[in-house]
Amino acid sequence: MWRGLRPTSINESMDLGYATLQVFNGLVNGAFYALLSLGLAVIFGMLRVVNFAHGAFYMLGAFAAYLLQLELGVGFWPALILAPLAVALVGIVVERLLLRRLYGLDPLYGFLLTFGLALLIQDGMRVRFGLQGEPYATPAELGGSLSLGAIAYPAYRLFVIAFSLAVCVAVWYAIERTRLGMVVRASIERRDLTRALGISVDRWVTGTFAFGIALAGLAGVLAAPMRNVSPTMGSEPVILTFAVVVIGGMGSIAGAVVAGFAVGVLASLGAIVNPALENILVFALMAVVLLVRPAGLFGSLEAR
Amino acid sequence: MSGRYLRIAVVVASLVVALALPRVIYSVLALDILLWALFAMSVDLLVGYVGLLSFGHAAFWGGAAYVAALLARDLRLAFPLAALAGVVAAMALAIPVGYLSIRRRGIYFAMVTLAFAQMLFYLVNELRGVTGGENGVQGVPRLLWGVSVSRPGDFYYAALPLVLLGYFAVFRITRSPFGHVLAAIRDNEARAQALGYPTPRYKLLAFVLSAGVAGLAGSLYAIGHGFASLDLLHWTTSGTVVLMVVLGGTGTLWGSLLGAAIVLFLRDQLSSVTEASDAVTGAILIAIVLGFRRGLWRSIAALPARAVTRLARP
Repeated sequence: MWRGLRPTSINESMDLGYATLQVFNGLVNGAFYALLSLGLAVIFGMLRVVNFAHGAFYMLGAFAAYLLQLELGVGFWPALILAPLAVALVGIVVERLLLRRLYGLDPLYGFLLTFGLALLIQDGMRVRFGLQGEPYATPAELGGSLSLGAIAYPAYRLFVIAFSLAVCVAVWYAIERTRLGMVVRASIERRDLTRALGISVDRWVTGTFAFGIALAGLAGVLAAPMRNVSPTMGSEPVILTFAVVVIGGMGSIAGAVVAGFAVGVLASLGAIVNPALENILVFALMAVVLLVRPAGLFGSLEAR
Repeated sequence: MSGRYLRIAVVVASLVVALALPRVIYSVLALDILLWALFAMSVDLLVGYVGLLSFGHAAFWGGAAYVAALLARDLRLAFPLAALAGVVAAMALAIPVGYLSIRRRGIYFAMVTLAFAQMLFYLVNELRGVTGGENGVQGVPRLLWGVSVSRPGDFYYAALPLVLLGYFAVFRITRSPFGHVLAAIRDNEARAQALGYPTPRYKLLAFVLSAGVAGLAGSLYAIGHGFASLDLLHWTTSGTVVLMVVLGGTGTLWGSLLGAAIVLFLRDQLSSVTEASDAVTGAILIAIVLGFRRGLWRSIAALPARAVTRLARP
């Protein structure tokens, strides 16, 4: 999906260096899968909505960074904070105006609505900006590459892996180990009781959705220097992320993250055999998991 | 008028409309409407009668389209045979996909079918030698054992019997004892199981039949247009057909026809105004989900009753 570095010659593709390279490429892909499926899991947990528009928000995150750069001269580092915030604002509007009306209905309606939203956002951006992608410069501090024994690897990609991992751990910690997370979990598990305790659950629902969307926007900013910023950049990742979510099981935060990185690495290792296989392997993994463990690796029960 | 006569009247009226349609709108659009309607019915068969929302039916529509297009072009097969091959291919593909997908239900079923359809999309794109990759399969002839059906107007009437056969099959399935078991599974799967029905097998069979119907529609679509391309397999295609079903109303079949007609007609009309047809599709879908979930067909069907109650009021 996020095209990795390719070997320069056929011979090179055989050696251990290439395998190492592919592991790191896989970790980079996994970093994006993890951020995206983490956002999906957080949103699904609270709202029971499978957000099809997740890829569209990811794309908006990349565009926000690009436009901040172009119009206001804001660089990568501030954009890493500002762009997700901007996308989260769109998320708040979407939750308040649209999704709010569907709570209590079959989750399929939320899926359909966000699918419509994805089409609307993606096509709207296409009409405004055209299909041709815009390049986004890698931040100067991370321009070079680092030596990792046998191979040299771009510093920016290593940063993506580390940053994504740090965000995932922080989110996990915030939800599982802090008071704030306790409120969120209480709102998920006993909504009425939580409300009776004087907590404004509705506001937490909006906040959670905005947070999940911000994670998608963050992934978009991280992707901007690696890929062209284009209106369709989110349409493939969202479906691959769905496969990752089915593999991991929608149940747990940790499951989303672990499955994200694992799928990324496994698919990249498969790509050593044939680069064309990379995306197809993700779906093949999903088929195997459905066969062996239909609830997903970390899913416990069939969440309707 | 008793139910039986009413039904005959509806069928006769629909036949007249089907025969006269190319006189009203141009025949390519007319055939598109009929084929997308058949495609939508195949989806409705699953969502409306089994309770499974497939978001990956583009795999069967597009997969069959490629098979039919390749056979018609390279083996110069007459189009009914090519379409039959497309149907068989779609059903064969549906066996493994269905077997795996029905292990999940609800929203997960939608995601899994979507993912498998995307997998086929990548596969077809990678197998450039056979499928032409981004270019697709072009220059597909419309052959019928020596009879010329190459003009779009002629092809409409040549394909019509097959399309009607598809409609008939779907209606027949939903009204058969098999269809009633499906409805029982939709309403309460545990109860159907307790009554001794092997529900996974029923669901799989329904999935495969549905794929066959979608395959028939897709095959004829490819041959009618003279090409099969990647966007037939794209997830937006799966979404568009679901939109048609929901717009018309799930579980009605006639609604699918209505939904397909409205969406295609609207796109056709709007294509001169705006190029953002996907955005239009998305906006319609949002509007339906928010305010019109029971669909058009049921609303229209409810009109006479509502008129009666209004008249009865003083």
